[in-house]
Amino acid sequence: MKRPMILMTTLMAFLIAMTISFPAMGANTIKIGVIGPMQFVQGKGHWNGATMAAEEINARGGVKVGKKKMKIELIKADSNEFLNPTDATNAMELLLSRDKVDFVVGGFRSEAVLAMQDIAMDYKTIFIGCGASHTQLCLRLAEDYDRYKYWFRLTPFNDQLLGRTTFIHLGTVGAILKKSLNIPQVKVAIVAEKAMWVDSMIAAAKGLIPKMGMELAGVWQPSQAATDVSAELSAIQRTEAPLIFTIFSASVGIPFAKQAGELKIPAVQVGINVEAQKDGFWEATQGMGNYVMTMNTYARGVEQTELTKPFVDKYIERFGETPTYTADTYTAIIHMLAPVIEQAGTLDANKLIPIMETREFIGTANLVKMVSTPEGKPIHDLKWGPGYATSLGVQWQDGKLVGVWPNKWKATPEAPEITYKGIVPYKIPPWVIEKYKK
Amino acid sequence: MALDIIIAGLINGSTYALLAIGFSLIFGVARIVNIAHTAFYMVASYCIFLIVQKFGYHPIVGMLVAVPLITLLGLICYKLFIDPIREHEAAVLIGTIALAIAIQEIMLLIFTGDYLSVPALIQGYFTIFDVKVFYQQLLTFVVALIILGALRLLLMNTKLGVAVRATANDREVANLMGINESRVAMITMGISVGLAAVTGAVVVPLTTISPFMWMHPLIMMMAVVVLGGLGSIKGSFAGAYILGFAEALVVFLIPMGAFLKGSVALSIMILVLLIRPEGLFGIAFEEER
Repeated sequence: MKRPMILMTTLMAFLIAMTISFPAMGANTIKIGVIGPMQFVQGKGHWNGATMAAEEINARGGVKVGKKKMKIELIKADSNEFLNPTDATNAMELLLSRDKVDFVVGGFRSEAVLAMQDIAMDYKTIFIGCGASHTQLCLRLAEDYDRYKYWFRLTPFNDQLLGRTTFIHLGTVGAILKKSLNIPQVKVAIVAEKAMWVDSMIAAAKGLIPKMGMELAGVWQPSQAATDVSAELSAIQRTEAPLIFTIFSASVGIPFAKQAGELKIPAVQVGINVEAQKDGFWEATQGMGNYVMTMNTYARGVEQTELTKPFVDKYIERFGETPTYTADTYTAIIHMLAPVIEQAGTLDANKLIPIMETREFIGTANLVKMVSTPEGKPIHDLKWGPGYATSLGVQWQDGKLVGVWPNKWKATPEAPEITYKGIVPYKIPPWVIEKYKK
Repeated sequence: MALDIIIAGLINGSTYALLAIGFSLIFGVARIVNIAHTAFYMVASYCIFLIVQKFGYHPIVGMLVAVPLITLLGLICYKLFIDPIREHEAAVLIGTIALAIAIQEIMLLIFTGDYLSVPALIQGYFTIFDVKVFYQQLLTFVVALIILGALRLLLMNTKLGVAVRATANDREVANLMGINESRVAMITMGISVGLAAVTGAVVVPLTTISPFMWMHPLIMMMAVVVLGGLGSIKGSFAGAYILGFAEALVVFLIPMGAFLKGSVALSIMILVLLIRPEGLFGIAFEEER
């Protein structure tokens, strides 16, 4: 009686061990974890982009891995990182330990992604960042390549380059104001939310604005969650600055734009206003956010690559709104992961990484290439500049978010002019023209 | 600049006063520290958003529907979650925190974390000595004054007011004198939540609606009532304007430190408490009952 019992127990233990240790054995799906703040626009973008990619791949039979075709299975993970970064690490841990995903895409807040990145690296799982801009996320590879090589940044480009691009936008609009309104020296008011990521941008702006031939009128830093900025706007109006350089990623971008528009503050807004990148901005500001300009990745009717229009059109048709940059999980899955898996014929991260870090491919927003440090160390960060990732300057014009930059932009005096298809001229608000036009 | 500070201070102060009066009222009468007070303000804002933006009615209709609806919701919440534990002040405190978070999560599930807004009751602005003021801000100021006046009339000139004041003075004695203390507490809760809903209705066009919009006003409102003296309506009114002016001063005098306006206001509260622990118009703790 005892021997069959021992045999049965051993068999059961073996089966359980096999199930736990080799969950993917014979699996017919590639499991991709999509992690982001799912109750917010950013997380919805992560999920929508990934959903579109998975549906397209599965409709054509899946991804060819060696001799068999494997379908994509998406696992949604709510990182809740706006409210609690600890939730983000728990969500990542669950994706990797319980759901045993093969790849992870997403992430938004840099402080949460830094923590999530470590967990993904512990599990030696490829994690493609589609939201966080902190430079350190990629510089970690230069310090410890073997540990951090599983990380890739697809969007956006790093915070230093974000700053550089917004200064180009600032200079462009400053020049337009100077020329169109005959303002000899344009005054600039910097308005930035109080957050760690803006400090370096404020410092750089303070130094750069005089070098750009403009004058600094002052710096205002309301709280990220401020709901009334009318006092700040009154103070800015007193400086008579016709140009406001905004640095907002949080909700303060809405009341600032709304109240400035409603009070007809005679100054244009340029810079980063993440809330203004979304279709819902018009309704959220009751149309008062007209003429606000911000950096963005997509705009209806603007084509950075031949893949932009089909993606944006299909996204709008499917989800009823323009994609935000976190929807680049689409590119991460369909243009970055799938072709590399087919080329390598395996899901083994160590075999995929060498291909991913050298491969140049066209994405929906730009030509994607991973860069190295000047010393030649791979850091899996995006290449910025003409021909590669540049982003767009977009402006709200009468209820439509249109692309206004790059418009005949030259990165250097010798470089060729760049204008993406669908770009339209920048518009100065009529009340600013009225105030300054003599 | 002085005029800018005066106007900004009056406007900030009016919003805080509207919130703090209701909070102070229910504390004064029933000794209920209702942390969920600003959560009702948030629900009122969503209610108005729904009526105005989704069903297309005028903001006035939104207000008229939202105020009684939220008052009713407040009374239901009181009966279900607060009344059974009313005698245990710590339990009420924790219970109302839980209630506020539950309301926040429900709103997050229904409306997600997207930022929303509604149009102003009166669109546009006017200029006074070169300072631009929204008509809606003026309305907030006027409503704050009307509410204070109406409350004073209610408390001083009606039977209900006498009962409320008697209960606030001494619950046991009021009970012995035949006042249904439990009923008075419930009515006061209704008035208090109704005031939160009115605040939501008046302030919502000036702000951004999100499931987290209740947190910052809660902190400021608590600072106001502690500064003015717990349970003192007059104190809440004075405290609201003191903190409103403090915030305006910070924005105009230290532009780069505008984000500190909340911290400065709270520091003033701490300073006042160090000098006068009972607050500006409060009853000294040792004298209390």
